[in-house]
Amino acid sequence: MRFVDEFRDPALARSLLEALERRVERPYTLMEICGGQTHTILKYGIDQLVPKQVRLIHGPGCPVCVTPIEMIDRAIAISGLPGVILTSFGDMLRVPGSHRDLLGARSAGADVRMMYSPLDAVRLAQELPDRQVVFFGVGFETTAPANAMAVEHARQLGLENFSLLCSHVLVPPAMQALLDSPSNVVEGFLAAGHVCTVMGTRQYQPLAERYRLPIVVTGFEPLDLLTGIYRAVCALNEGRFGVENAYPRSVSEEGNPRARALMERVFRVCDRAWRGIGVIPQSGLELRDEYAKFDATRRFEVDLPHSEEPNRCRAGDVLRGLLRPNACPEFGRGCSPDHPLGAPMVSSEGACAAYYRYGRTLKQSDT
Amino acid sequence: MCLGIPGRVTQIQDPESDLVMGKVSFGGVEREVCLSYTPEVKIGDYVLVHVGFAINVIDEQAAQEILADLTRLAELGGLDGELPTSPQSAEEP
Repeated sequence: MRFVDEFRDPALARSLLEALERRVERPYTLMEICGGQTHTILKYGIDQLVPKQVRLIHGPGCPVCVTPIEMIDRAIAISGLPGVILTSFGDMLRVPGSHRDLLGARSAGADVRMMYSPLDAVRLAQELPDRQVVFFGVGFETTAPANAMAVEHARQLGLENFSLLCSHVLVPPAMQALLDSPSNVVEGFLAAGHVCTVMGTRQYQPLAERYRLPIVVTGFEPLDLLTGIYRAVCALNEGRFGVENAYPRSVSEEGNPRARALMERVFRVCDRAWRGIGVIPQSGLELRDEYAKFDATRRFEVDLPHSEEPNRCRAGDVLRGLLRPNACPEFGRGCSPDHPLGAPMVSSEGACAAYYRYGRTLKQSDT
Repeated sequence: MCLGIPGRVTQIQDPESDLVMGKVSFGGVEREVCLSYTPEVKIGDYVLVHVGFAINVIDEQAAQEILADLTRLAELGGLDGELPTSPQSAEEP
């Protein structure tokens, strides 16, 4: 496939690794933000191929993982109301709530359906006017324009039976929270290429300047990751800070202005709790009052159970890059993709799932 | 979640519509995709598709330039002065 295969070329990857080897002067700690990048790193063994001094730690960029447990409990509660069809992306259906996940709710009789796109949920609402279709929309800035369009399209169609359960999160406030933490070890970021495709590189410049560190916008194929790592190491060697774009085929300085404009029309910024991390100010999106009738939180009143996190799960430490998934006492023992304790073991982007799937035992990587 | 897959646009329906839909081929498999966020797109362009939406038109020239840089690096072998590392967007807008 074009723009995929070329960026998996083994010969070019080898020469890039050799170049990186020559550039390494000291230990470096880099964090990739996006769970998609974490999976590329583990799948292609980039963590084991880069020089030992380059330590890659994995960021909180798994929207499914950081969706608060209260929100999952709310989705489950709404799915139990008469006439409701609860829809979401596939990953979301298996994330444990306090007592069960959405697939469990489906087994118990709720109408829970997996969607490829939020527009499919709008179409379903058109086709079934007697049912209430709720789309459980999670995601970063990459996904927010899609959910904004679904809501706006439902408004244009005059639909009374479509709503969004909105749990959107924003990347820059999370990066800032990590950098402000006393336990922070991150020296440079590989920023999430598809978030930046929408938002552009510009919004990262203040962070890079304030914390005086390199932020390299990075793509998702092996050569993209290696280029991002290489450029972050060079920037650190030269004491350079600022934003660099290692994914220019997709990312521009201003991002996608149309997508950003609709996002801003439909959503407003709000404080948001991140599962395992806590509330990060101004780090989420919620529907504006003009779109209140499409807000599932306001449309459906539900009784929520007392939220309970399994206390053996250390997802919060994993999501902040403080604990390698395979160093968790439950990894592969009490917690596996078939019987997950927490979301990072469920999601196709979760760091724990990546370590499990690609066979990283503790022996192979340090803690 | 932020998965984006590149594909080639094969059909654009009513570009004046509020919701511009089209077809995108992923290595021969066609899917319906919303093209409202990429008004500049033409048939044959490659777009990056996320949850049924094209979120940009892929810059083919930028892709070729990076690959050319990497190829040059591979050919030069041990030489230094390797990849351009200038901060592309660090300058003030």
